[in-house]
Amino acid sequence: MAFSTVGEFFAMGNHGLYVWTAYAVGAAVILFNVMSPRRLKKKLILDQKRRERREQV
Amino acid sequence: MWQMFVRWFHKWSSPKWFYEMSRPWSFWLGWAAVLLIATALVWGLAFSPVERVQGNSYRIIFLHVPAAFLAQAIYMTIAIAGAVGLVWRIKLAFYAAKQCVPIGTSMALLALITGAIWGKPTWGAWWVWDARLTSMLILLLLYLGLWALQNAMERQESGDRAAAILALVGVVNIPIIKFSVNWWNTLHQPATLKISSAAPMHVSMLIPLLMSILGFYLAFGAWMLIRTRLEILDREKKAKWAQEEIKRLEAN
Repeated sequence: MAFSTVGEFFAMGNHGLYVWTAYAVGAAVILFNVMSPRRLKKKLILDQKRRERREQV
Repeated sequence: MWQMFVRWFHKWSSPKWFYEMSRPWSFWLGWAAVLLIATALVWGLAFSPVERVQGNSYRIIFLHVPAAFLAQAIYMTIAIAGAVGLVWRIKLAFYAAKQCVPIGTSMALLALITGAIWGKPTWGAWWVWDARLTSMLILLLLYLGLWALQNAMERQESGDRAAAILALVGVVNIPIIKFSVNWWNTLHQPATLKISSAAPMHVSMLIPLLMSILGFYLAFGAWMLIRTRLEILDREKKAKWAQEEIKRLEAN
């Protein structure tokens, strides 16, 4: 461990704001990459349903 | 031998064959990536020693370097896929290239933002117009250009081709990014990781950095596979097998 208390860990020797902001942006980028294929998938399913409805008419 | 290679190549470049075969890949890549990145970041944030000059702000390296590496590697993937698509008229290469663009854009953004956040306590400025930073910004603009071209054309095939040409032209920027720290006087520190020599870095900083880089590469592999497989279904949706597969997606 590089830190002796939890408070020290979050403070990051007065660089806390920089380090944690960077990691928050990193988390956001990872979340974007995990979630965005789901939107693609939903669009495919909707398109397929529309196609089927058109074929039935 | 050559004929065997050609046959192998044709088999794998068939969207349907690729779709079938790649089914289990993203699962394993994804979990390996989660394990590696989680270990690397906990190690890097809590266990690696403090850097003597930069203090704790250096811990941004465990995100910044993998993101910057990936932004360039994904760009090269797009350019190579574009060339394969243009020369051999392989649709699958264009599908993959298109789905690499959002991932690459997000990595270029992450590299620039974490770099700016790191720059403030280290250089005293969020941004300087220096060679490394400027060429990275150009990489981000290239990504945005690729995205615009792929979506601007009425016919998707024209968009694919135009984006592939831009990707190939933009490859000049990659060695400029790489060597910018040697060619120009810059604030940005030179490469820490070199193949030719041992890293000037403590092992307990180096190992989590390498783990994080590998983890990000694997995550890219998983994300790209998931996206490319959906792109295959979208482009082949006139085929019966693709429609069946979309219905199966809904059931899950």
